[in-house]
Amino acid sequence: MKVHEYQAKGFLRRYGIPTPNGKVTDKIDGVKTFAKELGGKVVVKAQVLAGGRGKAGGVKLAKSTDEAVEVAKNILGKKLYTHQTGPEGVEVKKILIEEAANIEKEFYVGIVLDRAAEKYIFMVSPFGGMEIEEVAKEHPDALFKVYVDYLELFPFQARQLAFNLGLSGDAFKQAVKLFLNLFKLHVELDASLTEINPLILTKEGNIIALDAKINFDDNALYRHKDVAELKDDSEEDKLEIEARKYNLNYIKLDGSVGCMVNGAGLAMATMDIIKYYGGMPANFLDVGGGASVETVRNAFKILLADKNVKVVLINIFGGIVRCDRIAEGVVKAASEVGVDRPVVIRLVGTNQEEGREILKNAPFKFYTFETISEAAEKAVELSEGGNQ
Amino acid sequence: MSILLDKDTRVVVQGFTGKEGSFHAEQMMEYGTNVVAGVTPGKGGQTHLEKPVYNTVHEAVEKEGANASIIFVPAPFAADAVIEAADAGVKLIVCITEGIPTNDMIKAKRYVVSRGAVMIGPNCPGLISPGKAKMGIMPARIFKEGSIGVISRSGTLTYEAVNQLTELGLGQSTAVGIGGDPIIGSTFMDILKMFNEDDETEAVVMIGEIGGTAEETAAEYIKNYFKKPVVSFIAGRTAPPGKRMGHAGAIIMGGKGTAEGKIKALEEAGVKVAESPAVIGKTLKEVVGK
Repeated sequence: MKVHEYQAKGFLRRYGIPTPNGKVTDKIDGVKTFAKELGGKVVVKAQVLAGGRGKAGGVKLAKSTDEAVEVAKNILGKKLYTHQTGPEGVEVKKILIEEAANIEKEFYVGIVLDRAAEKYIFMVSPFGGMEIEEVAKEHPDALFKVYVDYLELFPFQARQLAFNLGLSGDAFKQAVKLFLNLFKLHVELDASLTEINPLILTKEGNIIALDAKINFDDNALYRHKDVAELKDDSEEDKLEIEARKYNLNYIKLDGSVGCMVNGAGLAMATMDIIKYYGGMPANFLDVGGGASVETVRNAFKILLADKNVKVVLINIFGGIVRCDRIAEGVVKAASEVGVDRPVVIRLVGTNQEEGREILKNAPFKFYTFETISEAAEKAVELSEGGNQ
Repeated sequence: MSILLDKDTRVVVQGFTGKEGSFHAEQMMEYGTNVVAGVTPGKGGQTHLEKPVYNTVHEAVEKEGANASIIFVPAPFAADAVIEAADAGVKLIVCITEGIPTNDMIKAKRYVVSRGAVMIGPNCPGLISPGKAKMGIMPARIFKEGSIGVISRSGTLTYEAVNQLTELGLGQSTAVGIGGDPIIGSTFMDILKMFNEDDETEAVVMIGEIGGTAEETAAEYIKNYFKKPVVSFIAGRTAPPGKRMGHAGAIIMGGKGTAEGKIKALEEAGVKVAESPAVIGKTLKEVVGK
């Protein structure tokens, strides 16, 4: 789960990490008041979850209160188009007004999981403000990493990190303390990614988190109610939000073959085989192991709400649940929802013949197949027909 | 032979009296698995499915000689269940539970390794040595005793592949679902090492998916050390970057973990990668020349 910058900074402050003075608002009047309070010279920052906000014009420096208001008018309530938002863009609903800092140096600081090492890596680089993938590519030697065992960053490791940024004196001490606190935050709040980019050294000699990004482990949200309640799904696809309400694992794509599959791996493989036969999947959808009437019904609703979907391909590998049961469920769900597009079904498992018989006799245009290749080929053919 | 699990393995079921635990324990026993006890804290002293229930795994080990555990405990308590099993001296721990926090798994994995135990999962269908025993939730009837080792990050996609193998007359020595999470007990490489040493296993089917670098690591191992033919399928060629495809671990991040990269690494290691999920069995049959 992602949170907004101003929320991430709230967590940083909770762990004693300094951030610039700032306030968040959703009104132009608020901008005026806050900019004045903060001395006029401020940074206006769009609060969106999508990355690439700076390059898209969502972050602007203003030299006076009047300028801040002018800048804010061009951001607040307007759409922002970044490489992550796609052509639809996202509407900026809130902006953060922050005191402008006197930057001496900028650094990158980040904590991520190294899956192969099964440990967190704490990374720093003197190339602050650049995206980490870019730093890794262009200045790999300038990226210093510490592998953290035992879910605890040790003081010597924090010192290594600070020394590698070339810090000394009081700034060094501030950075060491900050790194220890940041890692503590990362573990205690079950973050999956924590980034300060840039972390700055000010001309006054202070270490401050100028930006902040925290992603949280969805599996751990049950033990962090304060994090979970910050969930903002307004930037997500509407069907994906709807699917989540039904506990369905759904991701919208651009193709025309709607897929309904049990199991994540098989769902991905089904998308792949559609492409293999020259079609394009309209989505990823895992209905889970059981494929009950309720989940199939909800899945139909989601798939048919996508107008690009020309045909539905159901691929169910009946594990422990019998195929005749699944077939009955599909027929029931289809009649309840009122399926208006061709449905290709591949159903394998116990009682598969009985299952197919039920589907054949149903009052719907069901195409049933034994193998996934035949089913995918038919679905692709039907999807192309629909485009003509 | 088979790896990890056979008729003599003495299995304790953690979360025994719950809905999932009961259902699958019964299925496992029906298949011939030697389930010796169950554990549900607070229900010690009862009998369930004609087996004794204990409060702790330690008791199940002491009194029934359990040496393997399968876990059907809800996610918030699952890592603790894994650690309890390892602490009790259980050497094979299979965790079916989905949705365990990453930090919990980091701790549990360290603990398991420090006790010299093997963990399979979490978020996995478990494992089966066909004709001998199953510790998992897979439909047993699609499996057939034989000499093909199967390793997979996915559940139903494994069934798909196994079904193809069985229909072509190619039985399996052991099939292991290693799980779809970012941190798992045993990786492709860990299981490949076991198949390498197993005389009965003649060839291996390895089913990977996008996310992480475990397939690439396995490819490196296969290239240098693996003595038997390997056929693979990698799911997720059509998966968009930055989106989590159902499994917590199935995500392409920062250009890493793509299907293309994994397929390339495997092919360079001499692995035959099936182009479509429909031809995994056929590809293996061609490779082993049967």
